[in-house]
Amino acid sequence: MVNHKNIIEVKNLVKKYGSFVANDNLTFEVKESEIFGFLGANGAGKTTTLKILSGLSYPTFGDVNIAGFDVYREREKVKRNIGYMSQKFSLYEDLTVKENIRFYGGIYGLSGRYIKEKTEDLLKRLKMEDIKDKLINSLPLGWKQKIAFSVAIFHNPKIVFLDEPTGGVDPITRRDFWEMIYEASNTGITVFVTTHYMDEAEYCDRVCIMDQGRIEAINTPSLLKKQYNAKNMDEVFIKIAR
Amino acid sequence: MKRFLGFVKKEFNHIFRDYRTMLILFGMPIAQILIFGYVVSNEIKDIRIAIYDKSKDNVTQEITNKLLASDFFILDRNIINDSQIEEAFKSGNIREVIIFEPHFAEKLEREGKAGIQILADASDANTANIVSNYTSAIVKTYMRNELMKGSFPYEIETKIQILYNKEMKGVYMFVPGTMALILMLVSAMMTSISIAREKEMGTMEVLLVSPLRPLHIVLGKVIPYIGLAFVNALVIIALSYFVFGMPIHGSLTFLLIETLLFILMALSLGILISTASNNQMVAMFISMFALMLPTMLLSGFIFPIENMPKVLQWLSAIMPAKYFIIIVKNIMIKGSGIAVVWKETLYLIGLTILFLAISVKKFKVRLE
Repeated sequence: MVNHKNIIEVKNLVKKYGSFVANDNLTFEVKESEIFGFLGANGAGKTTTLKILSGLSYPTFGDVNIAGFDVYREREKVKRNIGYMSQKFSLYEDLTVKENIRFYGGIYGLSGRYIKEKTEDLLKRLKMEDIKDKLINSLPLGWKQKIAFSVAIFHNPKIVFLDEPTGGVDPITRRDFWEMIYEASNTGITVFVTTHYMDEAEYCDRVCIMDQGRIEAINTPSLLKKQYNAKNMDEVFIKIAR
Repeated sequence: MKRFLGFVKKEFNHIFRDYRTMLILFGMPIAQILIFGYVVSNEIKDIRIAIYDKSKDNVTQEITNKLLASDFFILDRNIINDSQIEEAFKSGNIREVIIFEPHFAEKLEREGKAGIQILADASDANTANIVSNYTSAIVKTYMRNELMKGSFPYEIETKIQILYNKEMKGVYMFVPGTMALILMLVSAMMTSISIAREKEMGTMEVLLVSPLRPLHIVLGKVIPYIGLAFVNALVIIALSYFVFGMPIHGSLTFLLIETLLFILMALSLGILISTASNNQMVAMFISMFALMLPTMLLSGFIFPIENMPKVLQWLSAIMPAKYFIIIVKNIMIKGSGIAVVWKETLYLIGLTILFLAISVKKFKVRLE
């Protein structure tokens, strides 16, 4: 991990909505192929930060650098290098599995042949060859989630942003899902994930804990537990939030 | 470009897979035009009347003949005393009683005027209104003709002349109105709902994160509806031409260009609505109450603008549908060209630009 260079650099990031400060002077880095967990209660400012990093919203103040590009001036280049999965899974319910993959591959400008080959490969790995022509709305939540993640990294982005990707899914499916995240990380994709499940924080290489728009702690899960003298991340979080 | 085509294709998939959307898109225009054409009608035909002729001279007889010679009235009965009037109305099927005063022809000759009393059953106010208007129009026409022949030595000041739609066919009114309504519905409502759906499902975020530009996203969503709305317009024009015999005196090309302009206006309105609504429900309600109802009620489609209170007339003056209806009527019925409807056309162009400008601005604000 030490030798890797920074792929996300955030310096003095401030985001205000009127007089409300959603992100108060954040500074942090994420390293290449790291799994970076962004934790916090609802309303702590996680989603705001994620939106700024993925180019959905502009910062009020501060420098944000993604994959070597500035989010203000090189927005288009940033967009080509990132993938995004929202908490709603963001698939088209009335399109089939294959059509969804085709569509999302298409908007990233991938060639038809490449999409076709990679889709077959992907469906095989997910063991979903039988359901490729089924509509998304007929599938269980866990499957949708896996497809949504695969779609988010289909165009081989350098970074993938996951906004509370495991909401509403059972523990076993969640474990499966984290397997996929590890796989992606092993191929060199940086994973930036927000969550409020503290057990998931244990799976991250490093976590950042936010409270009321500020960063309260940032480190590896094991060092955080040591620092706060806690058994698990849940305790760490409670100690910080109180 | 390929990316963009993929987007448009996806949009067509959404439309063709949703039977409700299909129903609205293709079933409704046909149903509406047929309903408006056949059922809802301001025309009167075979209205049953009673005549109470207290004079029974040659003039009253001639007027009666004129009335009955039109297709509008059927003589249900003759009345011979006052008490039968109420009885006639109560029997239910008589809409109007016409009473000639005694010594009608004599009075006309001596004093230069004579009275006809028209009693109309206003339990259906609209029909009563039309029926009495028709009656007095027929009487006046008769008087005018007699005057020209020189039978009566007096002057008549009223002159009613119906131009362009001599048979007073309702379809001439309903075709342009239905067209405006349907195009508004398909273009504005359907696009605003479909964009709002992307927001609701969270797919809009993913699109915005992708290299697709916001302009392309909006265009990709809108283009299928331009095509479909245009097809709808063609269906309506064809139906009204072949089924209802509505003429197209002006240039068809010009009519289609104006139609396209109205579609673009409605689409930009739809985009504007979608920027203000985060889910399909809101988009639908705004479209329904802010667009459909005013379009139906205030555009002059169903109720004449001249009869509205002043405030509603002002409101009506900003309704884009009103201007489109004027344009369509001018082209189809009077055969006018751009020289006549340039003001209305300019207004529609201006609105389109205005709506797009606000949408773009709002879209940017959202990104902040």
